[in-house]
Amino acid sequence: MTNPSQSLIIKMVSRTLATFIQVFGIYVIIHGHYSPGGGFQGGALLAAGILLIRMTEGREESQPTLATAIATPLASLGAVIFAGLGVVILFFGGNYMDYGAVPVPGMEVPVVRYYGILIVEVGIGLAVMTGLVSIFDDMVRTNRQSGPDMGRGGMS
Amino acid sequence: MDMSKGKKILGFLSLLSLTILLLVAVDSLPKRGLPDAPAHQVINAAGNTGAGAYFIQSAYEDAATPNMVTVVLGDYRSFDTLGEVVVVFAAAIACYLILRRREDEEK
Repeated sequence: MTNPSQSLIIKMVSRTLATFIQVFGIYVIIHGHYSPGGGFQGGALLAAGILLIRMTEGREESQPTLATAIATPLASLGAVIFAGLGVVILFFGGNYMDYGAVPVPGMEVPVVRYYGILIVEVGIGLAVMTGLVSIFDDMVRTNRQSGPDMGRGGMS
Repeated sequence: MDMSKGKKILGFLSLLSLTILLLVAVDSLPKRGLPDAPAHQVINAAGNTGAGAYFIQSAYEDAATPNMVTVVLGDYRSFDTLGEVVVVFAAAIACYLILRRREDEEK
């Protein structure tokens, strides 16, 4: 399943399509304040773009788009961005996840909350995207077990 | 054998303390349907009470965000959303720990 596709048409179409899927995923995350969307949906779209490349180009060949070895740490980073923002707010004297408690010069409290939500959504998007790619890479095996394996250098 | 028994007792004690903590936390919450609870102080346009009435009326003033759903998910109920992200992350970590092939296993 993760061996490269033999068809040039499939490769070219999915390369082009993946770009637009990823741009739309970023749009869904960033524009979640104004339209339906948010971190989960945008993260799933970003993951779909990467997994399309994974399935057509083969897992080894598609490592430069997002290496398996860094997908899991990035998923942790996304969760840490979310939870860490709440901890940062604790140091400013607010409740956990009470974004308005952070004093930002030149910003009204609602605007601070606006940007707090944005940071949280980006963290969600990162965690969902890399988490899904990590799950895919763990669950799908290549048929060829020999050859250079760039992706599995995580733990030894 | 003693080791595993000690671990079992330790696990049981930690579960027990967590249970007591959660029960105390639940008991200190306002009772369900209590009219004096903070969630029932605002009446919405339909004449009902509930936390949703406050969310609908003041989502834009609180967070300057037109999309009310985003405000509820990202601000009012962000603790709940944090739990959702942890669920996705836990799935990824579980797959990593159980399924990923390590270099020493491949030989």
